[in-house]
Amino acid sequence: MDVVTVMLAGVGGQGTILAADVLAKVAVAQGLDVKLSEVHGMAQRGGAVDTVVRFGEKVYSPLTDPGRADHLVAFETIEAARRLQYLRPGGRLLVNSRVIQPLPVLIGVAEMPEELEARLDSEGAIFVDAEALACEAGSPKSANVVLLGALSTGLDFTEEAWREIISSRVPPKTVDVNLRAFELGRAACVEGECYG
Amino acid sequence: MSDTLMSGNEAVAHGAWEAGAVVGVGYPGTPSTETLEAFAKLPGIRAEWAPNEKVALEVAAGVSMGGARVLVTMKHVGVNVAADPLFTLAYTGVGGGIVILAADDPGMHSSQNEQDSRNWGPFAHVPVLEPSDSSEAREMTKAAFDISERFDVPVIVRSTTRISHSKGLVSSGERVGRDVIPYVSDPAKWLMLPSNARKRRSELDKRMRALAEFAEETTLNRIEGGDTSLGVVTSGVSYNYVREVLPSASVFKVGMSFPLPASKLARFAESVDRLVVVEEADPYLKTRLRSIGLEVEGIAIPTEGELTPGLVAQAFGLDTPLLREAISGLPPRPPLMCPGCPHRGVFHALRKIRAVVTGDIGCYTLGAMPPLSAMDSCVCMGASIGMTHGMHLAGGAEGRPIVAVIGDSTFAHSGITGLAHIAYNAGTGTVLVLDNRITAMTGHQGNPMMGRTLMGEQTVEIDVEKLCEALGVTRVRVVDPHDLAATEAAIREEIAADALSVVVAQSPCALLLKERNDAYSVDDEACTACGACSKIGCPAIGLEDSGKASIDVTLCVGCADCVQVCRFDAIETTGLACDIGGA
Ligand SMILES: Cc1ncc(C[n+]2csc(CCOP(=O)(O)OP(=O)(O)O)c2C)c(N)n1
Repeated sequence: MDVVTVMLAGVGGQGTILAADVLAKVAVAQGLDVKLSEVHGMAQRGGAVDTVVRFGEKVYSPLTDPGRADHLVAFETIEAARRLQYLRPGGRLLVNSRVIQPLPVLIGVAEMPEELEARLDSEGAIFVDAEALACEAGSPKSANVVLLGALSTGLDFTEEAWREIISSRVPPKTVDVNLRAFELGRAACVEGECYG
Repeated sequence: MSDTLMSGNEAVAHGAWEAGAVVGVGYPGTPSTETLEAFAKLPGIRAEWAPNEKVALEVAAGVSMGGARVLVTMKHVGVNVAADPLFTLAYTGVGGGIVILAADDPGMHSSQNEQDSRNWGPFAHVPVLEPSDSSEAREMTKAAFDISERFDVPVIVRSTTRISHSKGLVSSGERVGRDVIPYVSDPAKWLMLPSNARKRRSELDKRMRALAEFAEETTLNRIEGGDTSLGVVTSGVSYNYVREVLPSASVFKVGMSFPLPASKLARFAESVDRLVVVEEADPYLKTRLRSIGLEVEGIAIPTEGELTPGLVAQAFGLDTPLLREAISGLPPRPPLMCPGCPHRGVFHALRKIRAVVTGDIGCYTLGAMPPLSAMDSCVCMGASIGMTHGMHLAGGAEGRPIVAVIGDSTFAHSGITGLAHIAYNAGTGTVLVLDNRITAMTGHQGNPMMGRTLMGEQTVEIDVEKLCEALGVTRVRVVDPHDLAATEAAIREEIAADALSVVVAQSPCALLLKERNDAYSVDDEACTACGACSKIGCPAIGLEDSGKASIDVTLCVGCADCVQVCRFDAIETTGLACDIGGA
């Protein structure tokens, strides 16, 4: 199998690292080689963060380049736009329809880009309202797992494999909520379409 | 044991543990931090955060002299701080093995500079190993302990952000029992008076020659044969990019980057038509290969920032992928002070006072960002205090007050000596210690100011007031930075006083608060759209199209800083608006 590259982009504190970790472990459980690259430290203080997971028969590089990612999972709309070029033409673009205004916008020194959703739409974005589905599952904090559910419909892993890893990776008390979140994300997002 | 996903840092910790290290000691610093945290969780060891890297390495020297193996962890700039003991430990050599993890940060994800720690090898005369992934991080750390004891020298394991913070599969093993070598007094080895040091200096050369021979035969350096039209010498993370981009090339993978295996490299050079080097950061290998007479072809590999597979492909003129059109005009998203951060109130005051702020390194460095924009310098840990004094010596700042700002961990790291300097030299000036009870920036590590060890024990904490008094600082006071008026008044008073003073702004990091207060909201009728609350730079406060403020209840932690800057009583408590518990 060719190496598959998934980039998860978001804002520090949104749970991209946990999501990437679950994805990586699902791939490991299928006997694949995996590399995962994340950034800690300063950027995590509300800055733009991205995590890359790559899996296949043999994976060397933990990093990827513009035009090379097969999937871009954006936890936030502006971050989807910021990382768009990483997604290869034909790659799958999943976007949480949430906007988190960066501080420069909040204090009025920068402006929000216009028609961002339309622009992403024209790039084939599949929008998911992860927070709403997460609330439906029982906690807004499970939005990252909703997005994994949405991502899962574009990857070749069984639902059971995902459920197993999610159950072992989230805090015990939240297993049910997270499994529901995963299901809702999955149901909302069949290949190519989305009902979020 | 089956393969598990580990970060490079976790793998180093595991390798050290397997090698029988009984002590781990270090100072936090991205990207090295999780190494010691992971080591602390393993059985049968003791792990300690030191106040700084120099102390960490000195503790390690003692562990080594006492006959046990020890792991020392730090980021690249930490090695500068530890350089003094490092250079002399190359002379003394070791008892129990000493392995130092030096984690570099090319691209400066979370650092004030770029440094290539491979250079310490030839500079300090210590061997340097360079893993390429997590699996090698474990193996090489184990090997490093053996090399350290066999060749009687501390060993540096050099990592980079993409090694430390990437995860890959590691097949870890069991811990090998290793007895502590009984202590025998040996001043000729450990007591570096010039007469002893001269002898050890000659010994060092012998050990380096033996190491150079070892470099020729060790499997740490390996040749991966391939198409002989292109030979690539590479190391560390770059090896992965070479393998990915140039799968058919002949590759010399350097695992031990000091000392280098000159003969083996020469043989490789002879076997290929073109010889190139692919490496991240300094042209370390290229320079050294050329200095041993090998003809290395120059290619366009950047020496600044991070390397990527794409940059390697570019350097070899390979096809670049098709790109989607970029979306331009996006607002930047810099890191920022969290909602409820106790540092905010201090910078709000400093901005109002129009102080020139010599700053330091930590979360509070974000006080330099708009809208607070209240920091003028940040050089290295501890620099704030010396620089404040130096500014006074230079005649001040056009009449503006000068204030040093330093975090609690940074104060313990290297601020105390700066304060001693000012007191001793009868200087004046105002030093603010931002005591949030933790080393926040690097992910909440303990430090000597906060009363808990890495092993989880309760312990003493530095009494800053008594400490300052003992240093000769007579004016010391503690304020709550969430009390904006009191904080501003205290800083103004101390600036006005003609004496050296210390203001300790004490309030825990907002991320440590177990219970948050009720969120606030804006009373639309009372709000006059004056914009005062947005000037404190809280990410929970936004502006409506009308110019009026609004508060994101999911972000607000109820610190009430904004309530205090609102002159129209337009910010009021709402009660807990959203269930944020759960997953
Ligand atoms: C010599 C050196 N070691 C380590 C670091 C990494 N580092 C940056 S800031 C910091 C500590 C910050 O803690 P503190 O001063 O308490 O401020 P806070 O982040 O809690 O506000 C550390 C360890 C560094 N920059 N330089």
